[in-house]
Amino acid sequence: MVERKTIGERAFNLFNVLFLILLSIIMLYPMLYEVFVSLSEPLALFSHRGLMFAPQGFSSYAYEWVLQNNEVWTGYKNTIFVIVVGLVVNISLTSLGAYFLTRNNVMWHKPIMIMILITMYFSGGMVPFFLTVKDLGLYDSLFALIFPTAISTYNMILLRSYFSSIPESLVESVFIDGGGHFTILFKIFIPLSLPAMAVMVLYYGVGHWNTYFNALIFIKSKEKFTLQLVLRKMLIEGSNLDVDQQTAEYEQVVESIKAAMVVVSTVPILCIYPFLQKYFVGGIMIGSLKE
Amino acid sequence: MVLAHDTFRRRASKDMKRNWPLYLMVLPVVIFYILFCYKPMVGIIIAFKDYKPNLGIWGSPWTSQYGLYHFISFFDSIFFARVCINTIMISLYSLVFGFPAPIILALLMNELRSQKFKRVVQTITYFPHFVSTVVICGMVRQFCLSDGLFNEIGSWFGAQPQSLLQVPEYFRAIYTATGVWQGVGWSSIIYLAAIAGVDSGLHEAAALDGAGRFRRIWHITLPGIKPTIVILLIMQIGGMMSVGYEKIILLYNESIYETADVISTFVYRRGLLEFNWSFSTAVNLFNSVLNFILVFTANAISRKVTETSLF
Repeated sequence: MVERKTIGERAFNLFNVLFLILLSIIMLYPMLYEVFVSLSEPLALFSHRGLMFAPQGFSSYAYEWVLQNNEVWTGYKNTIFVIVVGLVVNISLTSLGAYFLTRNNVMWHKPIMIMILITMYFSGGMVPFFLTVKDLGLYDSLFALIFPTAISTYNMILLRSYFSSIPESLVESVFIDGGGHFTILFKIFIPLSLPAMAVMVLYYGVGHWNTYFNALIFIKSKEKFTLQLVLRKMLIEGSNLDVDQQTAEYEQVVESIKAAMVVVSTVPILCIYPFLQKYFVGGIMIGSLKE
Repeated sequence: MVLAHDTFRRRASKDMKRNWPLYLMVLPVVIFYILFCYKPMVGIIIAFKDYKPNLGIWGSPWTSQYGLYHFISFFDSIFFARVCINTIMISLYSLVFGFPAPIILALLMNELRSQKFKRVVQTITYFPHFVSTVVICGMVRQFCLSDGLFNEIGSWFGAQPQSLLQVPEYFRAIYTATGVWQGVGWSSIIYLAAIAGVDSGLHEAAALDGAGRFRRIWHITLPGIKPTIVILLIMQIGGMMSVGYEKIILLYNESIYETADVISTFVYRRGLLEFNWSFSTAVNLFNSVLNFILVFTANAISRKVTETSLF
């Protein structure tokens, strides 16, 4: 295709590239700023004014503080537990449900489908939900972060539309060979839907990683705090930052500890994120496929 | 006729006999929905009662005024107008600034010549979506301190340093700006996908006819992604009354309740912090009904006007 290269076009291209570079800087800078603050010397931080393009001085104190803090490690441990066990529950239930929704020649298909879809528009609301979970004995248990959010209806519909694209002839061939529904789901549907399964793992996984509200209302004992709860306590409430308050640059020490917390809790995502990018883009594509 | 009479039963038992493994598979799913979705829906009944934990949902007494006591006291309270206006205002801010932003970003990224640069920009702009709410809000709070980043930048323009999250007038701007910052890249994915689906033959034809960049965007790309835009607009308008509490309860404080307190945060405070279970449920139910009406109205209007609709 022959592109007309008028002055206007060139100017637009230049402006566009510059704008997107600026935008990228705005997207990244807050995180970089946290990195700089976390590595800075408190005293230098105290006298610093303006933007920061490198750490002011160098001190690893903030990181030592964070890594020696038991609560951070407990938080990580609990979060990993919730993610691992949670994902097993999420993926099993979502696959079972999505598989059932593709079998539309059975009698209870429609009633169950309607029952599921209704929940996308109606919910009990915060207090009834809280009371229900509490009545089930899940209060102050990590399972309160697993069972009540075991299925996201949206994800299940997404997986169903992926399952639907698998040719029905494969299903029939299993029946002819004497196999049942479990064989079809585990030997055919799941292996043929690995990209969609990856999307499910990603969506649910990120969900578990980010959740703090359910943890905030259900988890009370400190040794069950998830990472987000620990972060909330330190970053938002500013409590349990056990630092010597007598020093003049106390505030700066706290600032760099908070910054180090931000960095330490974001690095895991940062590390795996580029590898996952193609999957989450794929996920949105599946979503937009459904006519 | 005997046959017609027990047809349903017969069909059901035949269906069960043949498909029981399938029903066994879906059983845990059904249990999940009953336990965690339908049981709370039944619990809404406490909005019409004076719920006492020791009496339970069924044992608690009905409220006066035909069970509407909590609704009436909410409508009569000074909070009614405040939380409704705040919810609408924050939604309007997000609609005006947050809705067009990803469309513009997708259009700009689509005009890039270098695919490599495009991928880099995408990777960078998606990233904030994966930073947790708590961390984002922690950062925002740090930047809003009187010696924080935002004040440093403000001082270039002669602004006096102040603790920004203590000033009611700034809250909506801070909330919306950080929301756009976090979501713009991620939301642009769906528009990029839609743009990729626009027939490239149309672009070539228009280019041959001498149409410039802007005219092609205006007359080809935008009409091509109109259905996507309309669907997402319906969803956003449908959600106008449901501003989430996750971010707000991490950012607000008593001194800015007058602009920051929305319906959902009010429900949270009243219900789970102050234990006014029934009152909070009533407010929540009022909000759900409003949401429901909004979704259906937006959908109906869109079906009439643009022939695109959600359902």
